[in-house]
Amino acid sequence: MDFEAVIGLEVHAQLLTRSKLFCGCSTDVHSRTNANVCPVCAAHPGTLPVLNRKAVEFAVKAALATNCRINSRSIFARKNYFYPDLPKGYQISQYDQPLAVGGYIDIEAAASKRVRLTRIHMEEDAGKSVHAQGYSMVNLNRAGTPLIEIVSEPDIRSAEEAGAYLRKLRAILMYIDVCDGNMQEGSFRCDANVSVRPRGSGKFGTRAEIKNVNSFRFVEKAIEYEIRRQIQIVESGGTVVQETRTYDSGKNVTVSMRSKEEAHDYRYFPEPDLIALKIPEAMITVAQATLAELPDQKKNRYEQMGIPAYDANVITSSKKLAEFFDEACGTGEVHGEGLNSTFVSPKDVSNWVIGELLRLLKADEREIDDFKMNPYHLRTLVKLVREGAINNNTAKTVFEEMYKTGREPGEIVQAKGLAQVSDAGAIEAAIAEVIAANPSQHQDYKSGKDKLFGFFVGQVMKKMAGKANPAVVNGLLKKKLSQ
Amino acid sequence: MILELHEKLKSRKLSSVELTRHYLKRIAADRTNSYLTVCEEESLKEATAADARIASGKDVTPLTGIPLGLKDILCTNGVRTTCASKILGDYKPPYDATSVERLKRSGAVTLGKLNMDEFAMGGSNENSAFGAVKNPVNPEYVPGGSSGGSAAAVKAGLAAATLGTDTGGSVRLPAAFTGTVGLKPTYGLVSRYGLVAFASSLDQIGPLGATTEDCAAVLSAIAGHDPLDSTSFKREPADYVALMAAERGKKLRIGVPKEYFVEGIEKAVAEKFSEARKGLEKAGHTFVEISLPHTEYSVAVYYILAVSEASSNLARFDGVRYGMRAKGDLSLTEMYSKTRALFGEEVKRRIILGTFALSAGYYDAYFKKACQVRRLISGDFSEAFKKVDAVMAPTAPSAAFRLGEKIADPLKMYLNDIFTIPVNLAGLPAISTPIGRAAQGLPIGMQFIGRHFEEPRILALSKQVEEEVYREKVDHGF
Repeated sequence: MDFEAVIGLEVHAQLLTRSKLFCGCSTDVHSRTNANVCPVCAAHPGTLPVLNRKAVEFAVKAALATNCRINSRSIFARKNYFYPDLPKGYQISQYDQPLAVGGYIDIEAAASKRVRLTRIHMEEDAGKSVHAQGYSMVNLNRAGTPLIEIVSEPDIRSAEEAGAYLRKLRAILMYIDVCDGNMQEGSFRCDANVSVRPRGSGKFGTRAEIKNVNSFRFVEKAIEYEIRRQIQIVESGGTVVQETRTYDSGKNVTVSMRSKEEAHDYRYFPEPDLIALKIPEAMITVAQATLAELPDQKKNRYEQMGIPAYDANVITSSKKLAEFFDEACGTGEVHGEGLNSTFVSPKDVSNWVIGELLRLLKADEREIDDFKMNPYHLRTLVKLVREGAINNNTAKTVFEEMYKTGREPGEIVQAKGLAQVSDAGAIEAAIAEVIAANPSQHQDYKSGKDKLFGFFVGQVMKKMAGKANPAVVNGLLKKKLSQ
Repeated sequence: MILELHEKLKSRKLSSVELTRHYLKRIAADRTNSYLTVCEEESLKEATAADARIASGKDVTPLTGIPLGLKDILCTNGVRTTCASKILGDYKPPYDATSVERLKRSGAVTLGKLNMDEFAMGGSNENSAFGAVKNPVNPEYVPGGSSGGSAAAVKAGLAAATLGTDTGGSVRLPAAFTGTVGLKPTYGLVSRYGLVAFASSLDQIGPLGATTEDCAAVLSAIAGHDPLDSTSFKREPADYVALMAAERGKKLRIGVPKEYFVEGIEKAVAEKFSEARKGLEKAGHTFVEISLPHTEYSVAVYYILAVSEASSNLARFDGVRYGMRAKGDLSLTEMYSKTRALFGEEVKRRIILGTFALSAGYYDAYFKKACQVRRLISGDFSEAFKKVDAVMAPTAPSAAFRLGEKIADPLKMYLNDIFTIPVNLAGLPAISTPIGRAAQGLPIGMQFIGRHFEEPRILALSKQVEEEVYREKVDHGF
């Protein structure tokens, strides 16, 4: 039988506010253990929550950037469960009246696709339990940190689409500066609901929820494994049970955590300590007006600048990479043409990014935005080539050096003596030597073997350590060979 | 009492230290079990500071130098706060409740922490882990609850006035049972920050005093918006003594709800009530019968909503961060369950009821339905207040009952709150005022209920009762 997977994703994204959602404590994760704790976030008896306005603004921005409809009135609710790192014994979240509903994200996987969003709601994070030999400790620095939960419709059909969705969502949140997207530190976490069904069936199969996987690669692998596991169960005549599973990255398997029967009854009810959250029209207007350029908008702009769709998609998949590109081209929103008026072709810049930069990053097994290079250095490099100061091959050497050391290209060219030689005298001398050293080839060329021209170019370039201006070499060589 | 003491302090006929010593001496000889913690050293320090403040003549408020008591559910920085429960152990909060902080800022002296029903759950003050409070009028009778210590302390002269909390009648019922005045302010008028939550949507801090004026004076110090409590209204602090005085002389239409005079109401209560009514009629007020048709559902609604919220509010008492923790080599679940066994019977009963009412499959039938009926009960009052300026009703169906009389029958106990609960459900202000004594000498109270934020009006009515109908004697031994 032919199966298809049905996947819905729940993403928890930590908002980049300086203080926590319901108290004034810092959200700095690098602080000393339990340094960012006050009576409110430690749930001392009698304390009450006060909502962080900035967090609401950030959540509204996230909702707008993902095309959601913002509810003018939403309600906080208590989600009740016992765990030592949950100080109040309940988490303040939103339940039946979330901040925003609807919305969608367009993704590029095997094909272009629109993934619909069910809702976005605000909630607070729990603390962190640290287990030692025979006892456990609790660090409450993270307790009360503002999160948004973004819930997708079950529109995703493969691990690849899930990966594309998560990358796109993360990019959007990073573009609008509401989340740092750091998966290792848990600022961007994902739960995946996975089920399988015979292709074409209108009914959903029983789903399993895979909790808290901490990298894109692992999410994709966990989903792939889970799809295989469920298909195997169905094919061998079994039934998938509804349960929560965790992903063991070491063994690349998902493991049952708790069954439906063991699931918590969260006993949601409206949080009586907070009044209804009313979003004024003005807040939405301001958020909309100050929303940064989104990945899709940037991509369209790049395509209009003559960048191929694929390249534009790759560059805009990371805010940092796109900003690097914009600055290198001098087409960024902020800097514009001001810093350097000499025109640099965006196509040349994108060729360097897509070609050399990604090749080097891939060789180093690094993420596409994990590099330190000054965009103005790339711009200088493009200009050096265009002006004929160095040739393309030399430029690649210079680029690699820039990537490794962060040095300025002019400096590299000088230090390594890589400047292109266009001086006719020097080139003529080299040509004379080459012709003298290869008389038979010269004879053959003259008697009509035109193909040997390439051989001579190669020899001359070799003689000049690759630095000769190819155009000048071509012109002079043609003349000398026919003499 | 407070304003008279204030005059004496201001004219230096009496110092706050003397006054504080006077109360500390009385507390030392107390037989009502009103205090759980006495802050001897701290209160004398505060009294000394108050005397200096009075001497300087700067920032002197009517409460400067006045010794007050606090229900032990209000957090006090560095001073043990128990909620009359074993589960908190010797918990010392790292902060003052907003109301406490405001009292301190106005220069009041805080004598100590007052006994109560555990976590404010009860109507007789018998549910205290530290023993019941005895009614100062007759030690064989309960003082009412849950703010039993707060009421008994005022009656027995163990504080000039006190703070209690009222979730379903916990200020007004003990006020009625002890012959004191107790005000439950409009929900949101007094900050709940630092009040250990029982039922967040109903809890409200209120003063108890020997006179209406005392309640007004204390309210003036604690009322007003608090940015730390999102449910506190954006109201500026006000002088309720002056506002109350401004209300006097107005001839009002007062509604008497017919649903409050059904079977089960004690004869003496009905009699004293009608005497009070006659007195107020003589003073020029008009009385009309009104209907609050959903009154009969109040107790049921209350005991769903209050216990649901409580089940969640009390979850934090898990032994992980503060308070008592069960000892031994225990698994997490064992640690939780053994720690939480430290709750008293009534608290456990309510946690279980609340957990049930919120659980999957029952939420719609209980919690959601109760919320809907709560709106109907509020609506009853809104309708009534279109026709009348205030509502007058008995505070409780009876005078105080004997210690132990109802403790075995929770349902009977719950019905004590039948007249006080609707006010909390509607978030309205109400004041219980003494109107006489029953045959066996036990005090009887009556309450005025006002529109939201119409405290000045009900205070004025209460004061008029004091002056023109009945005044309960309070002797603080001066």
